[in-house]
Amino acid sequence: MVDKSIVGTEMGGGSMVVERGKIMEFARAILDENPVYFQEDAPAPPTFTMASAHWPSGTGGGGAKLADLGLDLLRVLHAGQEYEYLGEIKAGDSLTSRAVISEVSEKEGKRGGTMTFITSETTFTNQRGEDVLKARTILVQTSKAAS
Amino acid sequence: MDRVNVHFEDLQEGDEITDWAPIEKISRSHFVRYAGASGDFNPMHHDDTVAQGVGYPSVFGHGMFSAGVLSHYVTDWVGVGNVRKFGVSFRGQLYPGATLTFTAKVTKKYKEGDENRIDATLQGVDDKGTVIINGTLTAALPSRG
Repeated sequence: MVDKSIVGTEMGGGSMVVERGKIMEFARAILDENPVYFQEDAPAPPTFTMASAHWPSGTGGGGAKLADLGLDLLRVLHAGQEYEYLGEIKAGDSLTSRAVISEVSEKEGKRGGTMTFITSETTFTNQRGEDVLKARTILVQTSKAAS
Repeated sequence: MDRVNVHFEDLQEGDEITDWAPIEKISRSHFVRYAGASGDFNPMHHDDTVAQGVGYPSVFGHGMFSAGVLSHYVTDWVGVGNVRKFGVSFRGQLYPGATLTFTAKVTKKYKEGDENRIDATLQGVDDKGTVIINGTLTAALPSRG
């Protein structure tokens, strides 16, 4: 069981620089040879902000970690990801992000037991203070297998 | 490659895209390259010993690898910069050796403010028929007008 009161909990924030070389590397990794990603003011591919994993916030930026919320990380899987594009992200931009737990819901699993879905919503803001991206990460915590 | 993207007038609700080129011979190299690009070094995606230790036949791809490749087919279709919403849910594991084929279906055509928009559903299936990924898309398309 995950306590629904975790909705609204602020998670760690972060910052990242959108680097031109990283855009090229990311484009190649998703098998995309579109020349737009290999030019000086390259736009970020749609799922590029996953690369923020390379920009750890050191001490975690003061927010909560998943383990602090009562989740058992051994039973947590990445179930889905959603993006809402609010503005352009280009090579050279500096992004800051802040994340909040936006939803917790439960569903009965096909093989018995309860699955808990936890949605974390991250807002990315650029160096001009414009919100450019909302990214929602949907995690699922499976109950102990009822085998 | 032709980079002329689709126009609003070219699509109707119910249209299906089934002729996107499949990605053949998915390999560990694909997963390793995505790990390096994204920073996601979960060993389930590059270390067979770890993956087999918890019951998988081998390593398998990051969900976000499949999502990223799907987003590439989407931007080739609607144009980079025209994607308004993109969402995925992970349904099955993508194993080395698989062939991955994506399809799309236009579900809605409408005006939003001054934009001509479409909604579409997306899917990625392997050569055994296993659904690997489902997706949804909202895009703003240029008009011929």
